[in-house]
Amino acid sequence: MSATFDPRNRYLITGGTLPDGTTADVLIEDGLLAAVGQDARARAGTSAEAAAAETINATGRIILPGLVDLHTHLRQPGREDSETVETGTRAAALGGFTSVHAMANSTPVADSAGVVEQVWQLGREAGWCDVHPVGAVTVGLGGERLAELGAMAQSRAEVRVFSDDGMCVWDPVMMRRALEYVKAFDGVIAQHAQEPKLTDGAQMNEGALSSVLGLAGWPAVAEEAIIARDVLLAQHVGSRLHVCHVSTAGSVEIIRWAKERGIEVTAEATPHHLLLTEELVRTYNPVYKVNPPLRREEDVMALREGLADGTIDTIGTDHAPHTAETKECEWTVAAMGMTGLETALPVVQQALVDTGLMDWAGISRILSSTPARIARLTDQGRISSEGVFELGAPANLTVYDPSVIRAVDPESHATKSRNSPFRGMELPGQVTDVFNHGHPVVRDRALATPRTQHQQNQHQQQLKQQTGSAQQ
Amino acid sequence: MKHLLSTQDLSHADALRILDTAEEMATVSGREVKKLPALRGRTVVNLFLEDSTRTRISFEAAAKRLSADVINFSGKGTSVSKGESLKDTVQTLEAIGADAIVMRHWASGAAAQLADSGWIRSAVVNAGDGTHEHPTQALLDAFTLRRHLALRHGTAPHGTDLAGMKVVIVGDILHSRVARSNLWLLTTLGAEVTLAAPPTLVPVGVGDWPCTVTYSLDEALAGAPDAVMMLRVQSERMHDAFFPSAAEYTRSWGLTDERLGMLEASGVEDAVIMHPGPMNRGLEISAAAADSTRNTALEQVANGVSIRMAVLYLLLSASDSPDPSTPTAPSDRKATA
Repeated sequence: MSATFDPRNRYLITGGTLPDGTTADVLIEDGLLAAVGQDARARAGTSAEAAAAETINATGRIILPGLVDLHTHLRQPGREDSETVETGTRAAALGGFTSVHAMANSTPVADSAGVVEQVWQLGREAGWCDVHPVGAVTVGLGGERLAELGAMAQSRAEVRVFSDDGMCVWDPVMMRRALEYVKAFDGVIAQHAQEPKLTDGAQMNEGALSSVLGLAGWPAVAEEAIIARDVLLAQHVGSRLHVCHVSTAGSVEIIRWAKERGIEVTAEATPHHLLLTEELVRTYNPVYKVNPPLRREEDVMALREGLADGTIDTIGTDHAPHTAETKECEWTVAAMGMTGLETALPVVQQALVDTGLMDWAGISRILSSTPARIARLTDQGRISSEGVFELGAPANLTVYDPSVIRAVDPESHATKSRNSPFRGMELPGQVTDVFNHGHPVVRDRALATPRTQHQQNQHQQQLKQQTGSAQQ
Repeated sequence: MKHLLSTQDLSHADALRILDTAEEMATVSGREVKKLPALRGRTVVNLFLEDSTRTRISFEAAAKRLSADVINFSGKGTSVSKGESLKDTVQTLEAIGADAIVMRHWASGAAAQLADSGWIRSAVVNAGDGTHEHPTQALLDAFTLRRHLALRHGTAPHGTDLAGMKVVIVGDILHSRVARSNLWLLTTLGAEVTLAAPPTLVPVGVGDWPCTVTYSLDEALAGAPDAVMMLRVQSERMHDAFFPSAAEYTRSWGLTDERLGMLEASGVEDAVIMHPGPMNRGLEISAAAADSTRNTALEQVANGVSIRMAVLYLLLSASDSPDPSTPTAPSDRKATA
């Protein structure tokens, strides 16, 4: 133990179930995972500072590596009426996320080092979880000129994920150039796969229901055609491609085919596409309007199977907060998007764990270690394929109680917006505690103190002690 | 019935009830004083957020014949672009005293959304929403067809449906709320429906619909239909090419003089031509077909008033008035000036 060890930085989580299914204690010291298993209690018990260590009884709960979201909309700068980095990261922490990637479609667009550094700094100041800005691929998401990808990669934000999300990088030459260029700094292009001409004016999934409802259809092929093109481009230039919010069975098939050919493609599915279908659009309630649209039951099943067999790599929440006025209007003009950070883990539990498709080791893989690997994060998702935590790794942990069932109440959510499609639904599970780099940002189901506040408090305490010592 | 939003969720019994009530209302239109006191003291707002003349006037005439107070509210473009939301607009109208809101809206689902929103307590009548539905148009079409069928059989239309009738709906099915509403209602009432259109104007998933689909109008006419319902080619909704040229459309899909001849020779003596209007003469229908005695377009317009009277009456009076099909029906009441 270092000479500067502070007992207030020590937490002993007892009796929790690890992703590999074993029951163990976990000791956090100085922001790091100090011990797991029998060693943890022994080390805490024999330590001189044991009495000062805070104990969290996690009996019956799952201890997961902190969740990592590759796809979050924090809206700041520009749309602070919908969300801010502060409110969005509060929501993320309550949802069990220790790291989120803030999409670039803010106002101004995050297409320069200045904007990504601003978002990154706001995340640090908020202190609820790590914020990694996603850089835009093209200037202003316009699809015509490459943004300064290198400058964003070399900025303090160290951007590694680039996306024009909300817009598709439609021009194949532009997509090729982007894929080639980010190889210089091991970046990844996260594509919003949507052929724009095939989806001009589209309002919902194209099919029998869209025809009945008189809403312009959004054909599956508009997504699948772009994915097919992009995996071939990625193969051609030997670069990494990540496909955002996959929503159709056909897309899953194409990605499966690409992976079988050894193409370096990864993909994400959203929680809402794992649980909700286009049938909800019958209500014309714009809370169900989202991009890509809710699809058919068979697409939902294909996504679940894709996650279970590894074709789909990760869950991206696509948390998309919107103000009430942009949702309380006609379907056709309503904004697309749903909130999702605070309901992601319960939805995933219901769709994948409770259905027997995946165990908690799988959940930790798709919600933490794999997205961390895609984004080249070294301080998140540090867990082996066997579900064992790496000792000495930063203590980014989420404690989750899968046994409770509760009705979703968006009014109680920390996100600034209320456009949750799960309102009133009974979902399983509840995040109880979250540690971000060893700091308890969520305790007993509620926000505790942000990491920054925690650090400031400690700093002040140390100052007081030092001042007292000096006076003595 | 609290609202009239679509024909897809209209039961056989409800549809007959509206049609039968409309028969009663039709007698009013034949009187010297075309007025009933049924909705005296009630306020009907015609909220038309999309251009329309004939439907608005028809609803206005219907409400006035029932002695309701009528407020016409027209809006160009969207309520959003005007800076006021639909929610605020309708709540304002209700505060003024609206008992029913008859809404024409450019957005599909707007009427259903309004009815389900909890924003207002008023009855909502869908007067056409985007490319979704136009239920009163379908009802007036069914009313017109039912009368023709009754005439053929020499019976009264009351209580009858359209069992056995063959109806061909032709043209721009994809963009037509009239086609959708008619398909659901006509099949609910027992008619056999065939959709005839170029493949680009046939909606996706139509295979699940209760109808036959053909890409050949000639083939459809060879089936000796009782009615051919021509749809307006909605050029304003066609942001891209759906057929190569107007001339080719007319050659393949227009009710030309030659096809009018086919209809004449079909053996169905009283086969009718229907059109919701306005007609594009020379495009989807020839002048001869438009001016043919088989064309029921004006009859449909007149019947529209009766249907809309019935709908407003049933929505606004039915809860506190006797069923109009009973001996105390509106036609039995004394009309007031």
